[in-house]
Amino acid sequence: MRVQFLATDNWYDLRDLSNLSSAILDGLDKIAPQGVVYVAAALIGFVAAFLIFVLPSQLFVGVLGERKLIGRIQSRYGPNRVGPYGVLQPIADALKLLTKESLTPVAADRLVMYMAPVLFVMPAVLMWAVIPFGPNMIFADIPVALVYFLAISSLPVLASFMAGWSHNNKYSLFGAMRIVAMAISYEIPLVLSLLGVVVLTETLSLQEMVFWQDRFDIWLFAVQPLAMIIYFIAVSAELNRTPTDIAEAESEIVAGYLTEYSGMKWGLFYGMDIGYALGAAAFGVTVFFGGWTLFGLEEWVPAWMIFVVKVWAFYFLFIWTRGTLPRLRIDQLMSFAWKYMLPLALFNLLIICTERILWTDAFDGDKPFIYLFAIANIIFAGLLILGWARLLGYRPERTQTRPRMVQEAGGYVPVAPARGEGR
Amino acid sequence: MTSPIKSEPFVINIGPQHPSTHGVFRMKVTVDGEQVVDAEMVIGYLHRSMEKLAEERTYTQNIPFTDRTDYLSSMSNNLGYCLAVEKLAGIDVPERGQAIRVIMAELQRIASHFMALGAFTNDTGAWQTPVMWCLREREKVLDLFEMTSGARLTCNYMRIGGVAFDIPKDFEPATRKLIKTLPGFIDELEGLLSGNEIFLARTKNVAVIPPDLAVNASLAGPMLRGSGIAWDLRKADPYCGYEKYDFAIPIGYQGDSYDRFIVRVEELRQSVKIIEQALDGLPGGPHSTQVPLALRPPKGEAYARVEGPRGELGYYVVSDEGPSPYRFHIRPPSLINLSVLKEMTVGGSVADAIVALGSVDIVVGEIDR
Repeated sequence: MRVQFLATDNWYDLRDLSNLSSAILDGLDKIAPQGVVYVAAALIGFVAAFLIFVLPSQLFVGVLGERKLIGRIQSRYGPNRVGPYGVLQPIADALKLLTKESLTPVAADRLVMYMAPVLFVMPAVLMWAVIPFGPNMIFADIPVALVYFLAISSLPVLASFMAGWSHNNKYSLFGAMRIVAMAISYEIPLVLSLLGVVVLTETLSLQEMVFWQDRFDIWLFAVQPLAMIIYFIAVSAELNRTPTDIAEAESEIVAGYLTEYSGMKWGLFYGMDIGYALGAAAFGVTVFFGGWTLFGLEEWVPAWMIFVVKVWAFYFLFIWTRGTLPRLRIDQLMSFAWKYMLPLALFNLLIICTERILWTDAFDGDKPFIYLFAIANIIFAGLLILGWARLLGYRPERTQTRPRMVQEAGGYVPVAPARGEGR
Repeated sequence: MTSPIKSEPFVINIGPQHPSTHGVFRMKVTVDGEQVVDAEMVIGYLHRSMEKLAEERTYTQNIPFTDRTDYLSSMSNNLGYCLAVEKLAGIDVPERGQAIRVIMAELQRIASHFMALGAFTNDTGAWQTPVMWCLREREKVLDLFEMTSGARLTCNYMRIGGVAFDIPKDFEPATRKLIKTLPGFIDELEGLLSGNEIFLARTKNVAVIPPDLAVNASLAGPMLRGSGIAWDLRKADPYCGYEKYDFAIPIGYQGDSYDRFIVRVEELRQSVKIIEQALDGLPGGPHSTQVPLALRPPKGEAYARVEGPRGELGYYVVSDEGPSPYRFHIRPPSLINLSVLKEMTVGGSVADAIVALGSVDIVVGEIDR
């Protein structure tokens, strides 16, 4: 399937970067032995993805943008000393980390402690293979991209656990145990929420999902609002972003599984945490927000630019929640996954399966019905979230957010039995 | 617990170097998994022997010491000590001096509560945002202190017999401007946190202190009022003319850390109210009575107490007619409030223990002195 573009097939036309890489590969194919071109394709794909998107985004959105924005949220400036407006701050940070001594505790398991950052970095690179940056700009358009992405993105948990275990530090061990428990719990609602999307689009390929959203002129977050919310919460839990960052809860267990790391070993964890967040944002954008399409605008603007901007916008949600919300406790986080998100994900799956059967059997897959389903699902999502919370005892109107006031000092003032009186 | 999985408790040290111990305080916590089974506090890292040192210095020279015990509320500390010495020597303070003292003590309460609320929300994991907001507002109060006393943190402003200097000309308009903007900020802070489901989940029913325990443990301040006990020394044992001002005592419902939070937030509003009244009725006249520099109070002892931001702050001074106190003792509210730490933390999780510690609002300089 080929979307019409202003972009030509000329190699110098950078509106579609795949032109350049295919020109290089074609040339290479003529002169080099047969196997070389595959290796070269892999290298070009990753180098391009990293140089154009991942690394700049990590540095200037993940490090600088996050610090700047959180600074604004907290009514301070954020970094503004290195370079104009502090734009060189991430580079200065990286240089500082590289020159710092990387300490290893005497009693630590040296090999495991050394391997953990390496293992942590690898999936962060691998997961970009299936993300479509444009109609042709996808490194591996494999038919099971969604499964591949989920499988790859659950690998860093192992690295985190290795890191926490190897330090011979109690805080680290706490962090490691927490991250494993959390990853297991949140992987289930995450996958279940994505299953709804798969049922609807009948594909596991991310590129096909983008085409589906382009064909029906609707983004999947409108058809699957509940899945989108569950995806966002579950993924921020897996990424250790702030409302759920219990694995490195600073105020409790110092830095969790990163407590004993220093220098670039820590830097790899920090940088790749941002890399994973960007990956999750890219995946979320691809699945729920139309990927590189923007209702026809992708014919005029390079698709990869649309995609990058969308990913940054999605990443902004991570920054925003980080700057706003307090952290949940581990048992609350677990019960949230099992008691709220899992049932809601199942409900969501039930609804979308019903709709899918209705759509194909009764309505012949007509395009307008998807809008009807979208409206119905938005209403369903609101009702389900509120109803389920109420069912499990969510009563905000009973919470007293103002203290009682007395005029005279005396002894104990017994609490009058509350009868659901307002705030 | 009859769990099929064998687990054994182990000890983790929270502190002395830890992000949430608010100084060099150490909590030895025995945990079984995530559950706290025992907690023990280890203090003394910041001991500076102030009570003994004070016996070697004159009464006036001791005022800067009181700044440095509870360094987040130096004005209240100055006030408590000066009241004790005035009681001992029988010195009267002029009306204007008393009103200025009230204004300063209430401003100090605002500054200290901002720090307490900010640090507490930080302990619940709100990543720095509320604490930054609170510190921004606290800076404005500290600016007023700087304007008056020249120092921001350790003001050393109160004197035996009054205050060191009269308030400057710019002070009143600046204070009025501040107290006009403060209620809006307090509402903003409440909007961010009070109804926040995550914040409620983290603090509701966490570190509950029943009223009988609160009384028996001699708790004071927001810790006591959070448990639903209406006790405020400004009402119960008025000093500096607090009986003239109209304000209410906020009390909590069940004594959990959320109640302590909302009590502190409400106390900010009440302090604003008191400052407004004190500024409106600011009398003229001298700000201080003349007191001999080498004060030699008659033989005897005196205990004076003020309602500091953390609770009952008492100063006990014994004189043997010498130029320096024979015995000098501080009743630090932080230390006594901390005595229920074990009751608050055992049974909860590690995260709850941090919240419990944060809700006490300790200042380690005051605990160790």
